[in-house]
This record gives sequence, structure tokens and C-alpha cells, in this order.
Amino acid sequence: MRSVKFRLLTIPLFIFFLASIIQAQDVSSFEKRIAVKKLPNGLTVLVMERPEAPVFSFFTHVNAGAAQEVIGITGLAHMFEHMAFKGTDKIGTTNYPAEKVALEKVEKAYAAYLAENLKEVGRDPQKIAALEKAWQDAIEAAQQYVIPNQFGEIVESEGGVGLNAFTDWDETGYFYSFPENRLELWAYLESERFLHPVMREFYKERDVVYEERRLRTDSSPQGRLDEQFLGAAYKAHPYGRPVVGFPSDLKAFSATDAGNFYKKYYVPANITVVVVGDLKASEAMPVIEKYFGRLPKGPAPEPLRTREPDQNSLRQVILRERSQPFYYDGYHPPDLHDPDSAVYDVLGDLLSKGRTSRLYRSMVRDKQMALSAGGDSSYPGNKYPSLFFCFAIPAQGHTAAEMAAPIHEELEKLKTQDVSEAELQSIKTRAKADLIRGLADNQGLALQLGFAQALYGDWRELFRQIDRIDKVTAADIRRVAAKTFVEENRSVAMLETKAADDQSAKQTKGDQQ
Amino acid sequence: MMRRRRFSVPLLIATCISLGIAQTSRPQSKASHTSSAGNITSWKQVPIPPLHPFNPQQPRRVELPNGMVIFLQEDHELPLINGVIRIRGGGRDISAAKLGMGFIYSASWRTGGTRSKTGDELDDFLESRAARVETSAASDSMFLSWSSLKNDFDQVWPVVIDLLQNPEFRQDKIDLAKRQIMSAISRRNDEIGPIAQRESNKLAYGPNSPYARTAEYSTVAAVNRQDLLDWHKRTVFANNMMLGITGDFDAAAMERKLRDSFGNWPKGEPFQSVKTEFHDPVPGTYFVEKDDVNQSEITMVDLGIERNNPDFYALEVMNELFGGGFSSRLFVNIRTKLGLAYSVGGGIGADFDHPGMTRFSVATKSSSTAAAIEAVRKQIDDLVQGGVKESEVKKAKDGILNSFIFEFDSKERVLAARMGYEFYGYPADTLERYRAGVEKVTVADVERVAKKYVHPEKLAVLVVGNSKDFDKPLSTFGKVTPIDITIPPPPK
Repeated sequence: MRSVKFRLLTIPLFIFFLASIIQAQDVSSFEKRIAVKKLPNGLTVLVMERPEAPVFSFFTHVNAGAAQEVIGITGLAHMFEHMAFKGTDKIGTTNYPAEKVALEKVEKAYAAYLAENLKEVGRDPQKIAALEKAWQDAIEAAQQYVIPNQFGEIVESEGGVGLNAFTDWDETGYFYSFPENRLELWAYLESERFLHPVMREFYKERDVVYEERRLRTDSSPQGRLDEQFLGAAYKAHPYGRPVVGFPSDLKAFSATDAGNFYKKYYVPANITVVVVGDLKASEAMPVIEKYFGRLPKGPAPEPLRTREPDQNSLRQVILRERSQPFYYDGYHPPDLHDPDSAVYDVLGDLLSKGRTSRLYRSMVRDKQMALSAGGDSSYPGNKYPSLFFCFAIPAQGHTAAEMAAPIHEELEKLKTQDVSEAELQSIKTRAKADLIRGLADNQGLALQLGFAQALYGDWRELFRQIDRIDKVTAADIRRVAAKTFVEENRSVAMLETKAADDQSAKQTKGDQQ
Repeated sequence: MMRRRRFSVPLLIATCISLGIAQTSRPQSKASHTSSAGNITSWKQVPIPPLHPFNPQQPRRVELPNGMVIFLQEDHELPLINGVIRIRGGGRDISAAKLGMGFIYSASWRTGGTRSKTGDELDDFLESRAARVETSAASDSMFLSWSSLKNDFDQVWPVVIDLLQNPEFRQDKIDLAKRQIMSAISRRNDEIGPIAQRESNKLAYGPNSPYARTAEYSTVAAVNRQDLLDWHKRTVFANNMMLGITGDFDAAAMERKLRDSFGNWPKGEPFQSVKTEFHDPVPGTYFVEKDDVNQSEITMVDLGIERNNPDFYALEVMNELFGGGFSSRLFVNIRTKLGLAYSVGGGIGADFDHPGMTRFSVATKSSSTAAAIEAVRKQIDDLVQGGVKESEVKKAKDGILNSFIFEFDSKERVLAARMGYEFYGYPADTLERYRAGVEKVTVADVERVAKKYVHPEKLAVLVVGNSKDFDKPLSTFGKVTPIDITIPPPPK
């Protein structure tokens, strides 16, 4: 349930490919091993044959993430992801008909409690306490039918590994790997999970998710900074809101809300299922269709309306904490369908990849101001216009504010000086090799193919980006840098170390070292 | 959905046998022999055919006359060649006065370049080929690894050899590595997870143990270039190194190349780690105050076992059912039923050549700190006193045995596992023993090892958190020992 920054999986999208060098791995060799089918209900299935070992991995991509939430239900996409591990009407229950009735009572009791609790005028604490007790009693009554975590238990005892899922702003993903003889069992379990989900143990799981928020955000200085950074960079678009949800929403949304989110977004037209491994497409496809074909057709959800308005002013947030400093800045570029997307990929690599990158050489090696420095050409997502992002972790004795000038100096250079042909060629070669390195495992392949298929409607887009990157010129880099890296398009977030106050304990002073 | 990996089995368990992979299968019964999914009323009706026959390809093992061991594993799927050299001697072998030297050595070995080429020149040379040559430090070894497109291997390989034979450890890169490790020291008290990890290691092994001690400004400052050159001389020779290579090559031709490169290397006196004494942790409650958090990191530790302990298999099953996956007792009770934590797990730890660390941990909101300690303690007591159910043991064994095939899911993994066993002197059939050992585990075995290795009264319990919001004072659990994590200032 990674809720933020699923970076390892999204970065391989910025890759390219030179078919002349990699004979064995060109698009046509993939064509032979990949079958894609759109089922009558609208669900897309992609099967890739990779008979290296008698195992397979899958990726269920649901084209709905935190960007589909509205204020009041922030965190709900991620919450539903957790609920997809709670079982079905046949898994995880001793008596579903009775449980169903009990869960309906929980929802009624919760709605009554919430209504009283959210009253702006005339809240009655006694009434709230009574309603809360009634709600908790209803939860207790429903709990008697639950077999906890039976879904995960089946997957694990049948030999599943890497059972996991993630939610980000763009999408929700579910994945694990099985021995190849469990293909049909997988198809049954995975389709049942989205055919008959049951919102059991919802409010206990909401507490678990709140602990996840404490772990990743509230109790982590960097997590607190991440949240403020995106909040500053986005005023209208949901990329500015935390995937895990705002605290008040996390304490308010209901199982009914989660059910409604599911009904709207978990329709077959919004789901892509990718399977990679030791299987034959001709045999696997009918099995997958038999089970996933059962999902009832529904209308595809409306696309998101809101676009981030043009930024016209420098934005800056500063957190003062008793921890060591961090520096972030970000710039709004256009989205991935923009003709310049490949230029941003090259820019990201140029600035931040490895020990030859501009930021490493300037800030870590030469100026010795940073422990590390780098960036990302598309943060926090890929589906909607996203940020070109730079960061620096100041070396001991340096403040976050000191990081700004050397980063901006490097960005300015990109506008005024042509990148050398050798540097450009090196980036293109590296990107190609990184693609190849990402093709050596079933789960990684399933994820990459799934992202490309779902985001662009065609897995081949993974390879087409190659040609675009290969065409990027030094002039393109100057042109794009000049239009992007300007002050009024910048959002900055800094965490600065707060001076220890006199009353603070001696640990605190130690922290300042 | 987070799941912790099985606590103590290295992912890379494999060896050189041709396997009958243990796998349960479920023949198609009449009831399930249906073309319509709609008729299925239970997952148990879904047929599971037998697994395809599979004989994982084993690497070729070569031992040179000078004692160097080489493993070659062809893999023609992608046009890459990857490899690693593992050299005996690592962080645990560094003297107490120079802690941090392992990192400084491994970083500046690569960035400091060779006699003829600076590290920056190597960076440019390698990056333009999308190749990597990197060095890293571990507790018991140093690693030199490389990866390149196969057509570039002949250009990249001389860099590897040059680094082995002619490292220069240029002073500017030593200084850079020292500044980096000092910056890391300055940041080590910022996040509760790493604080809990570090301090609980010290509680389990003792603060001065080679498995727990940490670098300080003063020990980093004490490291000089001669130390690095001495270390290199002391560790880099034929019979102290093991090499593994995998990728798109012909093994016979590659073997010739490697023999040419290493055949005339001299032997040396094999590196010996100093024997360490292990003592049980001092039981009790320990506390680190962190007043800018709303969650407590709770860690309970003890010494674990060595991997060659005959009770290892029973403990593997016990760990799986107690703190392993989604259906383990800690996950079900602490997370799912009580909603007290997102992150919870643990088990008896095992290491190859020294006792592993037993660790049970949970992260919970400040206001349920005591409740979470009590809840985990109750689970531990139940495990020791209350026994285990037949169904739990079966489920845990099924999980381990049915997923056993994943130990072989890539040729590189098979290679890495084989190297690991060879490095620690474990038998070639370790994996087969593992499978057979797990298969034999009974309820009585699990109950016996639970009593023998889980010691509720001996646990050192560490809490890192914000005490003003705790549900009960930690003194409820007895005497509390505060831990001062102040970072000692650098020497003047």
C-alpha cells in the first residue's frame, strides 16, 4: 500500500530503445510474445509469454487514484485499495447473508454518529457518545462473521509472493506472483475481489491507514515537507492533495463512500490486467476471459475537468523543525502528451542521473554543499501535467536556503549553453540500457506494460518514447529550459533546522550537531 | 498492502541440485470441471494442475589453482553481462577507533580512481557506455560489481581489473566520502525508524559489538589514506575473493578470459574475522524521547540463532505463522483486529556465521503505546504458553513450500544463492535440506522451539516516541532506562 512516490515503477517509463543494438529485444520480438484483448465488458487484458521459470506475475491497473477524489473524501482511493484485501462474499466470512445485514447496520449507525459529530451548531456531546457507542456495538456485532485476512491467507498458502498494492494520484495497482499452475486460481481470486468486494472491518482498517499516515507523513520531517511542497505547487489540481488523505477526511469517510467510489471507478472499462510469465497466451486468455468477463459492464467515468491554472508567481513554503534541512523546487511543465515530454526526460537525466550528472558534479563533488542532489522529470504523476522537480540534501553545516542558488545556476546554464553532443549521446545510450535492465523480471515487466497500456492505450508506447528521446537536440533543451525554468513558475519547499530553545532537552541539542 | 518478507530466510536460497519442487496441486474434480466460472462457489473448486517440470540451470563452478572461486552462469535473454566480486572482510572487522572506514574505503575505492585514471574519468568512460562499476561495503565483505551491454564487456572489464590491482584512493575523494558519512551522522536522529533500528541493535548485541556499533565524527576523522591502502592489501588476493558472472556470454570463452585475468594472482593468508562474544541483552524497558512525532516505534529484541542450528526449520515455520504474512498472528491481531498499527511483525532471526537478531516491532500512535506493548506481549506469551494449531502450522508450511519455486525464478538468483552458500561454507545441498527440513516440521516441533527460543522475560523493549501523549507511563512496565542519543561532537 505504498501511497506515495512509487518511483521505481514510474521512472522506467522514461526510457527509450535502439532496435539496431538490441536485436533480441525489439518491438517485433515483443509483438510475438504479447497478446492484447479487450473483453466485451470493456476490460483490457495483456498477456506476455516469458517462459524463464514456471512462475508468473500480474498487475491489475485501475485507472483511478487520489486525483479522482474530491475534498471530503481525500484518501478514499487508497482506503479502497486496503479494502480489496478484505475478501468477498465467499472469502473472509462465515455467513455472508447475516454479515451483510450487520454491515448495513454499521453504516446506519455511523451515519447517525457522523451527522451529530459534524454539526456546526448545537452539537450534543452526550448524544455523540451514545451514537458512537451504538456504532461501535454494531461493528462488534458484524465482526462475529469475519475470518480475518482470509484472502491474503489463501494467496500466501498457495505460494503467492510479493502480495502488495499501491495507490498514487494517477492509479491504483494490485500485484503478486504465483507458480504457473495457479493461473486459474489467480484469475478466480483477482476477479472475485473486484466482482464482490465486501467493506468489512472498514473502520478498523481506517485506523490502520491513519497509522500509515502517521508513519509516512506526520512523524517524518521529510514526509511533512513533501505534503507542504505539493500543496504549494498545486492550487486547483488534486496533485496538490495527499494520497493518504487529510486527517479530517480520514476520520470521516465511510464504507458507503468507499462503495460508491468503487461503483464509479472500478468498472471494466477502467481496468487493465497484465500477466507476464510462463504461460501461453492462447491458453491463458480464455481462462482470464472466463473469470474477468464476469465483471458487469458500466459507463466509463468522466475525465477529470480541473487543470492547474498557469502559475504566475513564485511560491515558497518553509518548515522550521528540529531536524536536518532539505530543499525542493518544482516547475510546471506540460503533460506527457506534450511534444516536449521527451525533452523533459532528457533534462531530468542530464541534471540528476549518476555521478556525471550536472547537479552531482556541481553540488556534491565541486561545491561540496550537498550530501545528494537530483530530480525527476515528472513528479508526482504521469497522467496529468506534473512537476519538473529538483532536490538537494544539504551537507553538514549548510542550510536549505543555500541550495537554491547553485541549483538555479545549473538551470540557467541549460538556457544559455548548448549541452555537448557527447553528453547528449551518453544520456540516450543510458536510457536504452536502463530499459533493457528493466526487462529481466516478470513483475517489473507487468508493471511497465500495464502503465504504458493504461496511460496511452498501447503498450508499444513504451518503445515509441525511444524515438522521441533519440530526436532530442541541444536546441530543444535550451528552448524547453527557457520556457520552464523561470521564477514565476517555481515552487520551493525548504525544511530548515530550528535553533534549539533554552528549555529543550539535551537530546535536542545533540540533534543539532 | 505491506507485507514483511519472511524474517530470516535470505531470499536467495538455492543450490546446485536438480529439484523436485515440492508443490501441492489439486486435480480437477468433477464438481469443478466446468466451463462457467459462475458455478464456482468456493476457491477450493478451482483446479490446480501439476507444475511444469523445471530444472533450474546451475552455474559452472571453477576453482583456480591459487584458490580463487569463480561461478559462471550463462543467461541469453538480454544482451547484458553482470558480475560481482565478493571479498572477505567488512565493517565488522574494522577497528573501533576507525569506524566508518568500511564506507570510506568502498566509496573512495571507486571514486578515487586508479593510478592511470581518476574516478571522474572512469565515470565519464562508463556512463557513455551505460555501464556501471560500483563498490560497496557490508558487514563481512566488500563488493565490486559491474554491469554492461555485452558488446562493451571488453572495454569495461579492464576497469574492474585496474580497480582491483591499482586503486589510487585519491585524497579529494577520501575527503568527499568522509564529509558524506559525517553528514549522514548529523542526520541520524531525524527519523524514528532508523533511531529504533540502530538503538535496538545496540540493545541486542551490546553497544560495542561489531554488529551494532556506529561510526562517530571522531572515528571517521581518524581514517587516513594509508588505512585504505593497508585494507586493500590485506584483503584483495586470489583466495580471499569469489567471483560470479552472469549474462549473454559463452561460459567456456568467459572462463578462459577470467583465468587469463586471475590465473597468476598470488595467494595470501586467508582473512579471519576476530571471534566475537555474544551476551544476552539486559532485559527491561528503554526509552528515547522524540517530541516531534505522533507515533511510537516499539522494538523488542533478543539474540537469535545461527542458520545451521537444527531448529532453524521449525523456527522458520514458527516465524511464518507468528509474524510473517497477512494471516500471521501479529498481523491479524495487532493490525487487523485491533487497528493499532500499519507496520507490525517480527520473529527469531538467523544469520549464517553468527547469531541473528530476534526482533518484534510495531509502530503505533503515541496514545496507544502501552496498549501496543501489552498487545504484542500477549501474543508472545500466547505463542510460548498457548501452543499452536495444526491448521496454522499447515498454512505456514504450505506458504513456504508452495512459494519455494521463486528461489529459482531467475538464473541470477540461482547464482547469487550458490555464491552465498559457498561464501559461508554451507553445504551445496542446503536448499534441499531446507525444503526437506520444513516439510518435516510438526506442531510439537513448533511448540518446542517457541518455548526454547522465545524468551518474553529476556526481551529488551525499546520505545522511541513522544512521551507526553502516551496512554500510560512506560514505568508501568517496570524500571525505564532512558537512552541519550546525543551525537558526540566532532573532535576539536
